[in-house]
Amino acid sequence: MKRIITLTVNNRPGVLNRITNLFSKRNYNIESITVGHSEIEDVSRITCVVNVENDQVIEQITKQLNKQIDVLKVTDISEQSIVARELALIKVLSTPNNRSEMNALIEPFRASIVDVGKDTLVIQITGESDKIEAFIELMKPYGIKELARTGATAFLRGTQRSSNQVKNISIV
Amino acid sequence: MLQETALTNTKAENKSLSGSELLLQALEKEKVEVIFGYPGGAVLPIYDKIYDSKILHVLPRHEQGGIHAAEGYARITGKPGVVIVTSGPGATNIVTGLTDAMIDSLPLVVFTGQVATGVIGTDAFQEADILGITTPITKYNYQVRNIEDIPHIIKEAFYIATSGRPGPVLIDIPKDIATAVTEVPEEKEIYLPGYQPTLKPNYLQIRKLTEAVSRAKKPVILAGAGVLHSKASCQLKEYAEQQNIPVVHTLLGLGGFPAEHELSLGMAGMHGCYTANMALYESDLIINIGARFDDRLTGNLKHFAPNATVAHIDIDPAEIGKNVPTEIPVVADAKEALIELIAQEGKPPSHHEWLKILAGWKIEYPYVYENNANTLKPQKVLEMLYQKTNGDAIVVTDVGQHQMWAAQYYRFGKANRWVTSGGLGTMGFGLPASIGAALADKDATVLAVLGDGGFQMCTQELAVIRELNLPIKIVILNNVALGMVRQWQELFYEERYSHSKNPVQPSFVKLAEAYNIKGYVIESEAKAEEVLAEVLQNREPVLLDFRIDANENVYPMIAPGKGINEMVGVKQK
Repeated sequence: MKRIITLTVNNRPGVLNRITNLFSKRNYNIESITVGHSEIEDVSRITCVVNVENDQVIEQITKQLNKQIDVLKVTDISEQSIVARELALIKVLSTPNNRSEMNALIEPFRASIVDVGKDTLVIQITGESDKIEAFIELMKPYGIKELARTGATAFLRGTQRSSNQVKNISIV
Repeated sequence: MLQETALTNTKAENKSLSGSELLLQALEKEKVEVIFGYPGGAVLPIYDKIYDSKILHVLPRHEQGGIHAAEGYARITGKPGVVIVTSGPGATNIVTGLTDAMIDSLPLVVFTGQVATGVIGTDAFQEADILGITTPITKYNYQVRNIEDIPHIIKEAFYIATSGRPGPVLIDIPKDIATAVTEVPEEKEIYLPGYQPTLKPNYLQIRKLTEAVSRAKKPVILAGAGVLHSKASCQLKEYAEQQNIPVVHTLLGLGGFPAEHELSLGMAGMHGCYTANMALYESDLIINIGARFDDRLTGNLKHFAPNATVAHIDIDPAEIGKNVPTEIPVVADAKEALIELIAQEGKPPSHHEWLKILAGWKIEYPYVYENNANTLKPQKVLEMLYQKTNGDAIVVTDVGQHQMWAAQYYRFGKANRWVTSGGLGTMGFGLPASIGAALADKDATVLAVLGDGGFQMCTQELAVIRELNLPIKIVILNNVALGMVRQWQELFYEERYSHSKNPVQPSFVKLAEAYNIKGYVIESEAKAEEVLAEVLQNREPVLLDFRIDANENVYPMIAPGKGINEMVGVKQK
């Protein structure tokens, strides 16, 4: 099952190395990982999407991450009300003949064309991973030349459905 | 007195110090007694200052020996072992020791030299990416980028190494940082918001545990090295006696509870005793204090303690529930948790039947071996050592059969008398670790119990033993083989002894003599009596080459993949 974990970490050299190292050392499978600055200076936010077999594994992952000295907070937000977004750039073959046909697909997905070449288009799409998957499937018949995905970044919505749904990971 | 004041005044006025001076000043502030170090290009500026320092510096003959010695020192004192090595090969030579310290939770502060900041990343001479290499095998690591950070980083490193679950911390110091000069920076408080070890137990969990104890019919305490790290052996004894709960040890936890105590069941695990393993198997409540349910302890998890409620006290929350599902988790320092548990009021325990069964097993199924007049049995050697040192020596071992025999037959009465490489199982550990142990407790007699294989992995450290005149009695249980490998090949590989028998072996006595250490070959019990009576009287180092029965195996044994109740080699007395 897919789980989304967000971490806040000290922005120090070697931190990302420590975290990715931990995943490989403990044989956990990362699907995607995104890193960037947070609202606090010298604190970065990391969003990891991991594929795990059961709850016990996710509990171990969060505990091991929490143990890292530079990790300030770890939250498994998979079961909460969240905003999760991913960006993809897709370079797809396109001729003047089929451009309007493609436009009809791009619009409902709220994707946009960011570059037009002689026989290619670069399309940018943002959204949840499922939406991006669906759009990529639609583009495949035209011939995808290049594809770049950022992986999901996410955090909690301002209002949660109910506080007792917040899953407590720490047993402290 | 006047002179002293004058000196401090001049110091205060002249506040500019080099990186190396800041480093040594910080070490003095941490009250470091001994540095295990090996000089080289990148640490020359640091060594220039060590030349004037009052701190004892021990020069191992290989960096690996240095870090193992520091581990031995840390195990006995609980204080961090300090290591300084140069960049590149110096740094990579300590990788085994770091891993060993990480898995056995030993506090170390390790300094590695590094090439100058300007050439980092250019594959310069003796450059190694030691931060990258050691990330998974250190509790934390630093590279000093600004000279002003040196005092604070060192202060933080000592704090991290010794607090919470102890572990090794590495500080990488580029050569130009060691030579640069700066004004002494102001002292800063340690602020680590992401690192707040939980020491006090949660009250509700303590209540839950107390209630579980009063209900339990077959409770057992599993005492790990966490008891030793938190110096909680007195509290463990008090609690066990108060509740009348028997105590089982892990390999690394030996000494946390007196072996001769009525409630002590001995060591559990792959080569643990029948009573301890069966107590875990039959138990309905296991109280794990500072052990990590290692696979060598539990055997096949499917068969581990099928009927037990598991309570686990550990300072590291990640250890709780990692291998064994745990109903009562207590994140806390072992000592704090035990103090709370002792203070609880609960119903008096009602498990007399259980204690009776266990007492019966203890008499019926002790460790047994067949003594034989024609050969010298390793078990006999350890029994003799135990008797002749009154169970009071520090015992340091290497890894293999001799390690298990030492754990089985040397009955520890006190904490911090046992130094062994548990989690990593590092051959070559024993001899250098005994040096650190001897320096940690200068009054103790140190028995370095080694196999002939492991001894040959770090023999060069004999030079240090001679140089410092340490009272280390090197006990080689020589079976002219890599005994544990040979045992597994005998049992699981149809006696195909692939590279486990050492056809060529030097004379260990002559080797010791080359280092000006006296040596004896001992082939019989009578000779052993005679030599031990002599050498245990003095404080001289000595090498004892015991020619033991080469076919002796370690029993009982839980074969790999088998359950804790499926021991082989159990014999009734």
